Amino acid sequence: MASIGNFITSSINAFCQPSILFTVSCILFYLVFFRWREKFAEKKTLYWIEGSMAVFILVSCLNPTFKDVVTKPDNIPIVGMLFLVVFFTWLAVHKMVINDRLIDEGKDVENKKEAKELVFTWPDLVFSEFICAIVAWCVLLVWSIVLKAPLEEPANPVETPNPSKAPWYFLGLQEMLVYYDPWLAGVVFPSLIVVGLILIPFIDINPKGNGYYTFKERKLAITSFMFGFLILWILLIIYGTFLRGPNWNFFGPYEVWDLHKLEVLKNVNLSEYLFRSTGLNGGKLPDNPFIREGLGMFLVIGYFVSGTILLQKKWMKDLYEKMGKPRFYILAGLLLSMGALPIKMVLRWMINLKYIVAIPEWFFNI
Amino acid sequence: MASFKEFSESITKSQAWKSIFRHGAPNNARNRVLVVLMNVFLHLHPIRMKKSGVRMSFTWCMGGLTFFLFLVETVTGVLLMFYYRPTAEFAYMDIIALREHVPIGIMREVHRWGAHSMVITVWLHMFRVFLTGSYKPPREFNWGVGVILLVLTLLLSFTGYLLPWDQLAIWAITVGSNMARATPFLGHEGPGASLINSLMGFDVVHAGSDARFALLAGRLVGEATLLRFYDLHCIFIPLAASVLMAIHFWRVRKDGGISGPL
Repeated sequence: MASIGNFITSSINAFCQPSILFTVSCILFYLVFFRWREKFAEKKTLYWIEGSMAVFILVSCLNPTFKDVVTKPDNIPIVGMLFLVVFFTWLAVHKMVINDRLIDEGKDVENKKEAKELVFTWPDLVFSEFICAIVAWCVLLVWSIVLKAPLEEPANPVETPNPSKAPWYFLGLQEMLVYYDPWLAGVVFPSLIVVGLILIPFIDINPKGNGYYTFKERKLAITSFMFGFLILWILLIIYGTFLRGPNWNFFGPYEVWDLHKLEVLKNVNLSEYLFRSTGLNGGKLPDNPFIREGLGMFLVIGYFVSGTILLQKKWMKDLYEKMGKPRFYILAGLLLSMGALPIKMVLRWMINLKYIVAIPEWFFNI
Repeated sequence: MASFKEFSESITKSQAWKSIFRHGAPNNARNRVLVVLMNVFLHLHPIRMKKSGVRMSFTWCMGGLTFFLFLVETVTGVLLMFYYRPTAEFAYMDIIALREHVPIGIMREVHRWGAHSMVITVWLHMFRVFLTGSYKPPREFNWGVGVILLVLTLLLSFTGYLLPWDQLAIWAITVGSNMARATPFLGHEGPGASLINSLMGFDVVHAGSDARFALLAGRLVGEATLLRFYDLHCIFIPLAASVLMAIHFWRVRKDGGISGPL
């Protein structure tokens, strides 16, 4: 029995590695939204997913490490959030499927008649708001009585805990630090997220899907937003919260957080690949950063330029013609920046790439 | 029962009652209009709305819950301020006292779990608004206001995280604010800082003058940071958020109410 248990826990530990779980999640994301949407939208699927999540978490709590991490007071809301995110993603897809079917049949979308019907705010809206508030208040009270807010040792600036983690909602950004330097992961990307979100209504000029759930009428918008939210935000928070231990090393869900776990530092810069492995310049790195990192700079600029051209001339030709230049270039820039994270992840996993452009003397590493 | 009716009528017909509620019970169309029109809080709502917009399966009530949680945070936060002193000497002890010596001491729990919930509800609210395409014309501006409110919610939670002044607090803020030192041009470990310094001929951007220093009021998370975050948490960000919320709710009304199929 013990060996079977060991086998299961160690396979789950191995499965949760960023390279595997992230890739599997991306594939699942594609399958759910493009292949199995109708199946996913069934009520049965929801029960199965939420049920197996609950069973997985409960059974896993037999493992002391898993239990410690999951039942940390500040992590409880994240566990709750996972169930909520699954539920609301399902609910949205459920409604999308219903509406898409109605649109295909040439009928009105759900509630279209109701949108022309007016009701009094008092009592129709005020009462449901009131009931929501009461329910929320009860949940909050019970939660507060059952679970104490965390309080650790008094602040001590000389004793750094390991791991040191940001508040949980920023752990996606902290997880990004594995792949990008702070100036990108901590400053540029968050700013791009905020600016990009604000710009959405001005970029997405598709007039359809205003005020109802639909997938077929706005595939690009829904897919990119869902990918950003579910994979690049929520999944990264799961990593930062549950699967990163001391020294920000990866730990499987059942793996003891060992302070002395050694991770081999084997990541190599692109310039080191170029000069050391090929023996160019006598195997030495040139002093001039522009020569040393020329290839990396060329690749980064090339990624954005050729990406934009490809989108414009090939993959999103129709959209480009509809949107016009300014909107389209902003859209392309934002989409390519969003794609930069998964690309760097894959490069890290496949060729141990540390930096594409490495100019530490200027704090300019990409 | 007659006596109960008489009793309740004696109240609702009294001068004091009528001075507060200037119309009858909202059980007919006229009074249902008046109840929203006459009440400063209710009038953030429209008088009538689309039936589709009342449906919980459409709105998920996440925006409403976020606002409710903001109110909970305000009330519990004000109560906590009675006991809490934002100094390195007292902060931690006051939190202990809140837990140990205050009768029914769950205010901090309600405040903390409410804060975490608010972050979650505000995300889900945005998720819903996006998926129903509710940012599309004429609601572009209100979507932008909403994004800023979301950022303010995260900042509220972030600044509040420091106040217990325990290990969890200072190190989370240390890690979270460390990124600011890498701000391009404005952080002393950010790209472009050395360029500015060499252009100026002396160190303009250094650890004692950069973006992180401005955030923390020091080179490290210390007592000055505690006071700064306390001010941001209790006064500055709630005020900014309140103004933006008023705009946000008002614009929901003015942009045609909760979105629905046209």
